[in-house]
Amino acid sequence: MIMEHTVICRHVSKVYRQESVAVQALTDINLEIPKKDFACLSGPSGSGKSTLLNLIGGLDRPTGGEITVDGQRVDQLGKSELAALRLHKIGFVFQAYNLIPVLTAIENVEFVMQLQGMAAAERAVKAREILHEVGLDGLEYRRPGELSGGQQQRVAVARAIVSEPSLVLADEPTANLDSKTAENLMQLLAHMNQEHGVTFIFSTHDKLVMDFSRRLITLHDGSIVNDVRRE
Amino acid sequence: MITLQLAWRNLWRHRRRTWLTASAIAFATTLLVFMITLQLGAYDMMIDTSLRVFTGQLQVQRQGYHAKPQMRATVPDAQALAARLRAASGLDGVAARAQGFALASSVSRSYGVPVIGVEPEFEARVSTLPHLIKQGRYLSSDQAQEAVLGAALARNLKLQIGDELTLLGSGKDGSIAATIVPVVGIFESGNPELDRHLVQLPLKTFQEVFTMGDDAHAIVVSGPSHEAIPQTQATVAAQLAPGSGLVVLDWEQLIPGLRQLIQADMVQNWITYIALILIVTLSIMNTFLMSVLERTREFGIMLALGSSPWRIGVIVLLESVYLTLLGLGIGLLLGGGIAVYLHYEGFTFPGMAEIYAQFGLPGVIHPKLSFAGFTLGPAVIFVFTVLAALYPALRIRKLQPVEAIHAV
Repeated sequence: MIMEHTVICRHVSKVYRQESVAVQALTDINLEIPKKDFACLSGPSGSGKSTLLNLIGGLDRPTGGEITVDGQRVDQLGKSELAALRLHKIGFVFQAYNLIPVLTAIENVEFVMQLQGMAAAERAVKAREILHEVGLDGLEYRRPGELSGGQQQRVAVARAIVSEPSLVLADEPTANLDSKTAENLMQLLAHMNQEHGVTFIFSTHDKLVMDFSRRLITLHDGSIVNDVRRE
Repeated sequence: MITLQLAWRNLWRHRRRTWLTASAIAFATTLLVFMITLQLGAYDMMIDTSLRVFTGQLQVQRQGYHAKPQMRATVPDAQALAARLRAASGLDGVAARAQGFALASSVSRSYGVPVIGVEPEFEARVSTLPHLIKQGRYLSSDQAQEAVLGAALARNLKLQIGDELTLLGSGKDGSIAATIVPVVGIFESGNPELDRHLVQLPLKTFQEVFTMGDDAHAIVVSGPSHEAIPQTQATVAAQLAPGSGLVVLDWEQLIPGLRQLIQADMVQNWITYIALILIVTLSIMNTFLMSVLERTREFGIMLALGSSPWRIGVIVLLESVYLTLLGLGIGLLLGGGIAVYLHYEGFTFPGMAEIYAQFGLPGVIHPKLSFAGFTLGPAVIFVFTVLAALYPALRIRKLQPVEAIHAV
């Protein structure tokens, strides 16, 4: 059976220029993330996990190599094509301040669907269903400032998966949460992965997140030093 | 829809800042609406007063006479034509005038002056000079052998009421025009040009002295509002026989300097207005730069979610439009309210009435209620404030999602 891959990285490198000094953030990354995977990028600070996540998500460009997401070469796309790829194929969850503060929870969830041009009635139904699924019934009309950190991350998760992307990238999603809330969030993400079949890639320092993942990819000084499947 | 909604809500993130900025716009708008309507009202008053002193709003003349006033370039049968124009236009303010030049002499002095023949009965309807007699009286009838003259000229000639004035010039046919008439009145118009030079005679007397027959040099029309001048001009022109060689000139052709004076004043005032608008604009630019900088991370999130930089730029521009419209609305209400009130009550300040009265001017200015008066200032403010938001909005285009997301 041929395995389908959501993400393929071939010889990916990234060099940052800080004034006149070149900093090698990633070196010769080769990686394949199959569909429905629940993978975790781990490693110490500065190991390159967030950089790799940003490159896969089209938020930044590699210095060398190829990145393919859902069959599309990300490294060859223009600015507006990258925006379209992010809009239609990738969901993001960041570590904090993920939400648009002037929109309510349901409006934040609807935001991406609005950008996609979905009809109001359809997106309202979908937003309500997903908020119900992440356990935020009754909190739909609260603004981010009126929600706890855990609730805000749940809204961010709901927003990331509501438009059924191929891939969700989560950059240290539990960094600002207490352990109980973090565990609840990871249970939710694992549930979403199984129920919706969405591919998840995390970057984290958090052992809890690593324990939840089915694949643990460890980076060190910009290179993959370990890649373990734990099923 | 989401763009409009986000822009509106973003505006109210910092209520105090929004209200302060809107107040600055409202203050500038109030001031501009009040100042511009007052300025336009003052111009109307200035035009009206200038024209009412002597020139009138329209004049029928022989073509070329205004540029080169020659005795022979006359309007034939002028009083009859004036009567016809009165009937056709429905205006009382129509009067014939003739003009010549003469050496005006008293016992001790002589000056070259223009001499105007007027219809005393109708002159008071086209000119305020008959009402500005400071000594004596105005001319009594068409045939009376008498003269009125300006106060400065009377002083220079050392003439008083009852003294004799000798006029010596040349008539239409080239013969010598000479007469001696008693001075019955001295006027003081506040216009140095008129007060220093002008002598008026009754029209029939003028025609007799200057061998004019029934001719005159101009039919002066006064009375229509500024807006009605073009229509009255057309009505008057229709009464002139084709091929008669007569033309109808409006006040801008008769006194081009007045329009230039107004334009110069307008430019001077607008320099002040633009300075005011620039101060408001810079304050708005500062507000929007702050607002964009403090939301860099949020814009980064929006870019990551697939929003285009263009859309985020539009949101910032819309915020500026909302804010400006809010300030303009309040400013228009306040400025417009003041203008409407003063339009009916009149604007004056202590001492203004006394100073203006010396020159036959009304002591109050009535702001002009016009579309231009209400919209010109706000429109310029709108353009400037939207331009002020353009720079912060354009900065967003340069945002890199990954840098923006990690902005503090």
